[in-house]
Amino acid sequence: MSQPENKQGQVETTGHVWDGDLREYNNPLPRWWLWAFYITIIFSVVYWILYPAWPYGDTYTKGINTVEYTVEGENGEEKTVTEHWNTRALFTKNMQSSPSALAQQEWVNKVKDMSFEEIEQDPDTLQFAMSVGHGTFGDYCAACHGAGGQGKIGLFPNLADNAWLYGNSYETIVSKIDGGINGMMPAQNVPEDKIDDLAKYVLSLSGNAEISGEAASRGKQAFATCAGCHGQNGEGNEAMGAPNLTDAIWDVADVPGCGGDTACQVDEIKHVVNNGIERQMPGFGDRLTETQMRMLAIYVRQMGGN
Amino acid sequence: MAQHDDPSYAADELYAAREPIHPKGIRGRFRRFKNAVLLIAYGVFFLLPWVRWERLTGPDQAVMFDIPSRRYYLFDLVIHPQDMFLLAGFLILAAWLLFFVTGLVGRAFCGYFCFQTLWTDTFMKVEALVQGDRNKRMRLEKQPWNAEKITKKGITIAIWTAIAFWTGFTFTAYWADAPQLFVDFFTLDAAKAAYITTGILTVTTLIAAGFAREQVCIYMCPYARFQSVMFDKETLLVSYDAKRGEGESGRKPLKQGLMTLDERHGQGVGDCIDCKLCVQVCPTGIDIRDGLQLECISCGLCIDACDQIMTKRGWPTGLIRYASEQELETGEKPNLLKFRTIGYGIATLAATALLLYGIFARAPADISVQQVRQPLFTVLASGDIQNNYNVKINNKLQERLDFTLALEGLPDAKVSVVGDFEGLSVPADGSRKYLVHVRAPRDAEVDRRKIEFVLTEENGRIEPLEHDATFVFR
Ligand code: SF4
Ligand code: SF4
Repeated sequence: MSQPENKQGQVETTGHVWDGDLREYNNPLPRWWLWAFYITIIFSVVYWILYPAWPYGDTYTKGINTVEYTVEGENGEEKTVTEHWNTRALFTKNMQSSPSALAQQEWVNKVKDMSFEEIEQDPDTLQFAMSVGHGTFGDYCAACHGAGGQGKIGLFPNLADNAWLYGNSYETIVSKIDGGINGMMPAQNVPEDKIDDLAKYVLSLSGNAEISGEAASRGKQAFATCAGCHGQNGEGNEAMGAPNLTDAIWDVADVPGCGGDTACQVDEIKHVVNNGIERQMPGFGDRLTETQMRMLAIYVRQMGGN
Repeated sequence: MAQHDDPSYAADELYAAREPIHPKGIRGRFRRFKNAVLLIAYGVFFLLPWVRWERLTGPDQAVMFDIPSRRYYLFDLVIHPQDMFLLAGFLILAAWLLFFVTGLVGRAFCGYFCFQTLWTDTFMKVEALVQGDRNKRMRLEKQPWNAEKITKKGITIAIWTAIAFWTGFTFTAYWADAPQLFVDFFTLDAAKAAYITTGILTVTTLIAAGFAREQVCIYMCPYARFQSVMFDKETLLVSYDAKRGEGESGRKPLKQGLMTLDERHGQGVGDCIDCKLCVQVCPTGIDIRDGLQLECISCGLCIDACDQIMTKRGWPTGLIRYASEQELETGEKPNLLKFRTIGYGIATLAATALLLYGIFARAPADISVQQVRQPLFTVLASGDIQNNYNVKINNKLQERLDFTLALEGLPDAKVSVVGDFEGLSVPADGSRKYLVHVRAPRDAEVDRRKIEFVLTEENGRIEPLEHDATFVFR
């Protein structure tokens, strides 16, 4: 543009005319533009050399750039893997060595050496443990217990309430996550003429039904078989994981689902008594580290509160 | 449709090399103004990262853009991610201000304040210092590559590189603790990003201010393309008063019989003596006498040049001056309080007021309450209903805040915070998330109820924070 002869009216135009009077200057392109163009070409060649670029056959050029990360080998040793540059390897590497990954590792190490009480008393540590626990829960527990731990009546216990079949100490929760649980109540052979009364008696324990006189004493008598596990008064037994029958929580028999219809409630309970229960939770001890299980236990215990 | 009216057209060259421009140094009002702006701008840019500022939390650097902690520190103003609307407000203000100024006096930004202009100006000063003024530089340019040329060009580029490097480093210093960065940088301990940023800025500064110069303004700058839509007939622009300069029979150099104004006017000759000083000083290498051009960045140096000539001859100055198109045509002075300027002016003031309001009315702390949705409610052993809420508190103050939590709208409810904390405390300039259990007796009558969380600061440092939520019974 800095052409000395670029005086008004003397500039060469392309010869195109629009709308009768609009013309286009025929100025040459600046040379730096040409250089910029060459540079983009050089850039792309460098890029091809460094990074994966060209497909051929059923593979592609891999580039000479590499990503290094560590994996745990079969015998528990750490191995360094070097792969051609790709975003998956980069992701793995970042998960191991990015500043946020390192910061997280630092937190984990801190939590490792703290007791449950110490963790609970510090809001920041608790927040960290809860959020890691939440993530772990999503990966390992939510498939059965639901994303919020709400469970599924008859199948998977609700973890969001405040009843704990095996007790609510952190140690117990960790040991259950570690080793798994075999929850089981044998099917009972209650004679047909007694089971109605038994079911009603069980309902009355938690205040869901009125039962008196003859029926009550028949029911109580039949309950003697149950008392071995559920206790004399039906208050449950944490050592065996026998639920408390006097509280408002129903995990197996869908009593709340009957909407107050006693006949339906009796049926629900009869069904459980006659068929027994078999629930199993696998142990996660071989998949989770001790610290992970501890943080998971904190999350699970705090979900429902106590 | 396009038509060819000249079938013989052909471009000589597809690409043209840049012709180096060697503007002559000039003294005058605009040069002084430009120097002053340059001094202030450089002073601010280069010194600011080194200013210390004591804070209870956060870095002790007056201005710092802290990416890892997501805080922008500007003296006592700490900008959090949720205050980012302030940035939008600032950009809007800048845009209105630009429109206002451009409507009034044309491309003032380009000529006096633009980074490209400032750094190019500095690099030209270096050039003049090492290689001498215009004539010497042009001679050197033509000279073959001998020892003198190599030394002079080499020294120039070396100084340019040093300035460019320090520019890049200074920019980087805004994003980290400056003195620490200085040490780390030269002991090769700084973050990779610091080297990359400094490197890129060094190279781009060197290229843009050293070699590309006016090419940036002409070919790359988007603003150069649309500024003219903000001009009108009354906008003040650097203009050559063609009526006065050309007279009836054009400009003529000084010669016998054309020495004084009277002699010239008598023969119909204009006041321009065609000394071309205005062309020689122009950093974009154009001739302002050809009229308003895209290349003109409104630096005013040609005004200084022509005024110098006019003063020397004892003629009135202002042959080249800030004048509006209308003034040049009709002699009518521009009306500075025209509708458009007033409009832009009001918009600028409004944006400033809003921005200031935004800064001063920022909440010192805020909460968000989110109900845990899975499950919405839980039946507890006692038959009570429990809902869980995630309460997140942001504290933007430089001191710790301790809150007590209260719940309104559910008189029988029991509220407990996970971890059995009595109060909720939030560290200075930080945030915390608490899980809150709310337990209330079952109510067969209602499905859900509006509740409100109220957080009261124990020492009364801030107003209570309130947040609505819902309690679900079934
Ligand atoms: S024409 Fe004048 S105002 Fe415009 S860039 Fe050149 S010297 Fe500056
Ligand atoms: S400096 Fe003034 S007198 Fe000299 S050529 Fe330019 S307009 Fe004419």
